[in-house]
Amino acid sequence: MNTDTESPVLTGVSLDNLNNRFPHWFSEERSAAWSRFESLPMPTRTDERWRFSGINRISLQGYTTSLEPTHKEIEEALANSAKVENSAGRMVLVNDHVVLREETERALTKLGVVWIPISEAVTAQAGILREHFMAQFTGLGAEKFAHLHRALVRDGVFLYVPDNVEIEDPIENYYWVGGRKTAVFPHTLVITGVNAKVTVVDHYFGLEGAEDTLAIGVNDLFVGDGSAITYISTQFWPGKSLTFHFNSTILGRDSCAKSLNVHLGGDFNRAESVSHLTAPGGRSEMLAVTLATGEQEFDQRTLQDHQQPNTSSDLLYKNTLDHSARSIFSGLIKVEPGAHRTDAYQKVRNLLLSNDAEANSMPGLEILADDVRCTHGATSGQIDPEELFYLKSRGLNETISRRLIANGFLQEVFGRLDQPALADKLGSYIEKKFDLSHDPKKT
Amino acid sequence: MSVKNNEINIDREIGNFHYNLTPAHDAGYGLTEETIHFICDVKNEPDWIRELRLRALEVFRSKPLPTHWATEDLRNIDFDQIRYYIAPGTDVKRSWDEVPTEVKETFERLGIPESERKFLAGVEAQFDSEAVYSNIKKAVADQGVIFMGSTEALKEHPEIFRKWFGKVIPTGDNKFSALNSAVFSGGSFIYVPPGVKVKHPLQAYFRINSENFGQFERTLIIADEGSEVMYMEGCTAPKFETSTLHSAVVELVAMPRAKIQYITVQNWSSNVFNLVTKRGLALEEAEIKWIDCNIGSRLTMKYPGVVMKGRKARGEVISIALAGDGQHQDTGAKMIHAADETTSNIVSKSISIGKGRATYRGQVTVPRHLKGCKNNTECDALLINTDSRTDTYPAIIVRGLGNAAQHEASVSQVNAEQIFYMMQRGLTEAQAMSLAVNGFVNDLVRQFPMEYSVELKRLIDLEMEGSVG
Repeated sequence: MNTDTESPVLTGVSLDNLNNRFPHWFSEERSAAWSRFESLPMPTRTDERWRFSGINRISLQGYTTSLEPTHKEIEEALANSAKVENSAGRMVLVNDHVVLREETERALTKLGVVWIPISEAVTAQAGILREHFMAQFTGLGAEKFAHLHRALVRDGVFLYVPDNVEIEDPIENYYWVGGRKTAVFPHTLVITGVNAKVTVVDHYFGLEGAEDTLAIGVNDLFVGDGSAITYISTQFWPGKSLTFHFNSTILGRDSCAKSLNVHLGGDFNRAESVSHLTAPGGRSEMLAVTLATGEQEFDQRTLQDHQQPNTSSDLLYKNTLDHSARSIFSGLIKVEPGAHRTDAYQKVRNLLLSNDAEANSMPGLEILADDVRCTHGATSGQIDPEELFYLKSRGLNETISRRLIANGFLQEVFGRLDQPALADKLGSYIEKKFDLSHDPKKT
Repeated sequence: MSVKNNEINIDREIGNFHYNLTPAHDAGYGLTEETIHFICDVKNEPDWIRELRLRALEVFRSKPLPTHWATEDLRNIDFDQIRYYIAPGTDVKRSWDEVPTEVKETFERLGIPESERKFLAGVEAQFDSEAVYSNIKKAVADQGVIFMGSTEALKEHPEIFRKWFGKVIPTGDNKFSALNSAVFSGGSFIYVPPGVKVKHPLQAYFRINSENFGQFERTLIIADEGSEVMYMEGCTAPKFETSTLHSAVVELVAMPRAKIQYITVQNWSSNVFNLVTKRGLALEEAEIKWIDCNIGSRLTMKYPGVVMKGRKARGEVISIALAGDGQHQDTGAKMIHAADETTSNIVSKSISIGKGRATYRGQVTVPRHLKGCKNNTECDALLINTDSRTDTYPAIIVRGLGNAAQHEASVSQVNAEQIFYMMQRGLTEAQAMSLAVNGFVNDLVRQFPMEYSVELKRLIDLEMEGSVG
């Protein structure tokens, strides 16, 4: 069973080839990760961490990695990697190759911010990179694929914000994939010192004609004491894609993280997101917006891990499901012994637009300390007929009315970003997804 | 310890005594095909039951323990160290006077005959594997209500029994329902004819007397069209050094417009693994309500369910769990919506004291192409001490348009200001805490019949003793 998952993934690349680009320690960890990937079994039905998941849709066959991007692909990628008006800079990658690093008026470099490709960081920032690079797995079930990422990661974005540096404007990273059956392993690592502040945006897109991608992305956030990180990712991988997304946030004392994951693309998509509140005073906001159409499946697993007293977390996941799309939300608030005065909240809301859509919710709590306030909620429902009637009575047709309501349901979350320009951009992605899904062939 | 505490401790041990009886039938330790033949021979059962039991044994053996989601504590059950069938070898008596002295004393001490006189329509008392006493008030029996032990019912009413037996919970539903199907004995059988509304509750009392004895009763309740019935069960066991197993299967069938209320107050001693499968089938406009209160046992795993198969059927689970030191109450509910306009409601409240652990585990399924289904789930957990633990693991599956499900859960502790307020008015901290906890479950406790809610409040007070300070 496992044999058919091995060599086909490696078409066009070998571990040795990649190793030439990296220092010895990095290559060694890569080989170790490859062994772990090989030794771990594929997900099984009886694994509780894959409950409800359409695991039969996971096949790793026939993908090609590290394809050198063509001129045309690079041009197309650059033309479509538009910056928001207040952007601090953008980095553009195509098929795991960095093709552009563009900083607005050297604003970052002047402040001592290190914002470089990972392939450079492995030597230029070896110490700090080694300490943080994939130091924290999400541990929510898809480790096999995280190890595959560790083994095959080629490049990505390394961002270090030193003590007391605050950057108001967002830093954007564009990860593009081109071609059919291409495998990509995007990686964004953000580390802040003490009392720093930064906003990072990742965009995952497919170029014209791209489809059937295998995308295994990792973004880890290390939020230093007193720091604040806002992280946003938009997953708009091409159709028929198999995608995995791992998001680990490690919060220091009195630090604050806000992460928003927008899920739009792909076919079978697994997203694991974890916040570890490792010191008192930490606060983590975990947001996600999903618009699932056609036969898409979004399998979302989350953990809010309160390890120390006086920490708080707030999770809000909103799913809109049309056609025969499926969603799975499995979230856990864990309050470890001694983590008193924890304040944790978790909410998942599913809006079903079609009779064949399916929403599975598993909001969980594990509380091992007292003097806590933990609440969770899950709702599943459809558009309120009265709201629909209201819009229709004002002359809008059914389709437009429904879309307006669903759009409002999702975009409400963007209001929590305090970044109007970014919120508009994310809104336009949602609109684009609606346009695509209203293709009459699909309905 | 104060005098008051001593007094309470005597009460708390109400079930902790046993008599050394020599049973007429004892299948011995362990479970093999021989055990099953022994049970069938003693009970003189028809062949179809014997075959069913043997098949169930195979299923039981083939199924793994569900430790991929459930607690590892299940591994501590030693199936070879359990006695699967022990019976006194006497017929079921209709009068307490005929019940053997020690057995009668057992139930006298638990207050069963007294309750019967006071407010029950019928009582069945099970001692280890078999019912020793079963009686139904004449007025109720005259309406055509059947209330007897499952063993008797199998002989006297095979036509009804066979029709519904194992239909709501098939043998292979889970490992422990298979175990029960292999070795079941005792339990209640109730049939309520169309339109009959049984005014007073019917009660069964289950008692484990022998060490290492596993109790596997099987209860089947059928409420025919438009009828109503309330059933209550209670249980106790003495505290033995060794652990034992209680694994019941309870099936309810509510025909169109029938109403069944099933009330459990579980107060097993802390050496009992209590692994019970309970499910009801509700047809058109029928209503099944489980009121489930778990206070005793070492580990309880019980998720009463309702399959709403008829239009406008309704399912409800009211669950109260109290987990003290060394206890794990893993309880919850299962709601399967299988027809239009079905509604279900789950309200669960748990209290964890000392090192106790309370878990809510639930499943709500609303399939596609149904209209107007609604589910509401509320789980509240209260943590009393620093080491207390609580978990919530719901799963909600909603497909299609026209249905709605909502789930809410919260975990909190007793409000310090409330305690301060009460202490300021002269209550001790323990009294204040007890009052606050009773307040937390009060709206659920009120749903119990009067006698039970009084008993329940007392039990909660007892469990709370010594947990503060």
